[in-house]
Amino acid sequence: MTTRRLATPVKHLGLVLIGFVMLYPVLWMIASSLRPGDEIFRSPGLIIDSLHAENYTEGWYALSPSFGTYLLNSAVLVLGCIVGNLVSCSMAAYAFARLNFSGKRWWFGIMLGTIMLPIHVIIVPQYVLFSNIGWVNTFLPLIVPKILATDAFFVFLMVQFIRGLPKELDEAARIDGCGHPRIFAQIILPLMKPALATTTIFTFIWTWNDFFTQLIYLTDPDMYTVPVALRSFVDSTVATSWGSQFAMSVVSIIPIFLAFLIGQRYLVKGIATTGGK
Amino acid sequence: MSALDELRQLRRGGVQVRKSDNRAAFWFLAPWFAGLLLVTIGPVIASFALGFTKYNLIQPPRFIGFDNFLRILSDSRLHNALRVTFTYVLVSVPLQLACALGVALLLNRGLRGLAFYRSAFYLPSLLGSSVAIAVLWTQVFGTDGLVNRVLGFFGVEGRGWISDPDTALSTLIVLNVWTFGSPMIIFLAGLRQIPEVYYEAAAIDGASRRSQFRRITLPLLSPILFFNLVLQIIHAFQSFTQAFVVSGGTGGPSDSTMFYTLYLYQQGFSRFDMGYASALAWFLLLIIAAFTAINFWAAKYWVFYDD
Repeated sequence: MTTRRLATPVKHLGLVLIGFVMLYPVLWMIASSLRPGDEIFRSPGLIIDSLHAENYTEGWYALSPSFGTYLLNSAVLVLGCIVGNLVSCSMAAYAFARLNFSGKRWWFGIMLGTIMLPIHVIIVPQYVLFSNIGWVNTFLPLIVPKILATDAFFVFLMVQFIRGLPKELDEAARIDGCGHPRIFAQIILPLMKPALATTTIFTFIWTWNDFFTQLIYLTDPDMYTVPVALRSFVDSTVATSWGSQFAMSVVSIIPIFLAFLIGQRYLVKGIATTGGK
Repeated sequence: MSALDELRQLRRGGVQVRKSDNRAAFWFLAPWFAGLLLVTIGPVIASFALGFTKYNLIQPPRFIGFDNFLRILSDSRLHNALRVTFTYVLVSVPLQLACALGVALLLNRGLRGLAFYRSAFYLPSLLGSSVAIAVLWTQVFGTDGLVNRVLGFFGVEGRGWISDPDTALSTLIVLNVWTFGSPMIIFLAGLRQIPEVYYEAAAIDGASRRSQFRRITLPLLSPILFFNLVLQIIHAFQSFTQAFVVSGGTGGPSDSTMFYTLYLYQQGFSRFDMGYASALAWFLLLIIAAFTAINFWAAKYWVFYDD
């Protein structure tokens, strides 16, 4: 019995320790970004003597245009992707969950298969296509695929959710003379708010973090998003200016922190039911 | 139910087709069909065709037969990239899943502050693929970095972890293990599905904690473990950002962080050798498909389904 009673505090101690070690580098980055440049190397600790914002102003204006432009670009891109995913994935999900059309299992299987299709496999011909129609250095190659429901992960997540809604609701509506568009828009959509919230929050975080496709399609500095700009900033500065690099890194992950704080519940649910990243 | 279970059960039971639904389904699925054609399956097929050509985006593609595919067999930098990628996948995924399962087991069974711990461990998963964390890693494992500062505090001589070809890949493996939070959440959800009565019955029969874990937890959790394994392997094969940022886009030092995806990027988007890049993309698809197929085949011997 005594070992049992002892086990819990030890467990807590262990968990706190693991968590602290894991998050330490991130906390240290935040602390270091607030120190004057040369102090970063000297102190591995978290305590800051005095707050210095120089790193932030220096980093913010280091590239032309300034970091404000990149934040705005990322925000526009993220917004477009969210709207695209919400509309197109919910429509596709309704069809897979509620309509009995010919070849449904076949199409559904293909949809599930595309969840596991890596972007790297399709990026070359996709790039050839989009560059031939002049879409390079616009947000279109990044947003249009979302409008076309290619994030199959979200289609699947929504299918799961709609299957859990009582069928009697649709049937009652159908008897009252509702067609599928109205059943979808007026009955199913309002009920699937949690799934839409999960989609919104995941799309936000994944698009904000996505580097590979943005690096490929956005090569004009005026069109840079936050990750692309951050990388180009890191490449252009000498190794000694960690201060401003850290400052801009912190700026770039603040939106992720906020999304995490606001949307935690949906994130955990989304992962637990379908297994996201 | 996960996407994998759905795939597994797809061949069971047919659907009664409602003719009137066909029209509606066509409209609801119109964007998805267009995406399939233009953005996903279409390009997969197109890249197969491009694989047989020499194409640099400026001149029209020129048919060169199997040259690109033969080049895959003789390209020694590619073979090195494969070695790096396989090492990364085969080392980091088991470590990551072991951490995920270990912490999930600690967190299970009504521990106080579960929600707090879960969030803290999950946060790195959200940050792990960002450029910001790659920048941080570059500093932390640099010659003057945080790791060496801490080691110096204990009187241990550090080294340039990222600038040394022998250790550069290890820093990226550490980074992937660091993101064990999302498989951990899937494990936690799976553990919660196991009925408490199984453990109670086993305890009455005098089963030790250890044998309870081996005979109840592991078998009932095996579908979840399998799901995580398949997912994280596919995911690890696609790692790009960290290697790209840490090595300044080169895959260095001495190609020691040259992931397959990074090599593909260089061929396609630095050298604009689109034909070879397409062949590489197809080869990557085959590799991932082979790994997944082996996983599914092996699953017959260790994954336990009670349905």
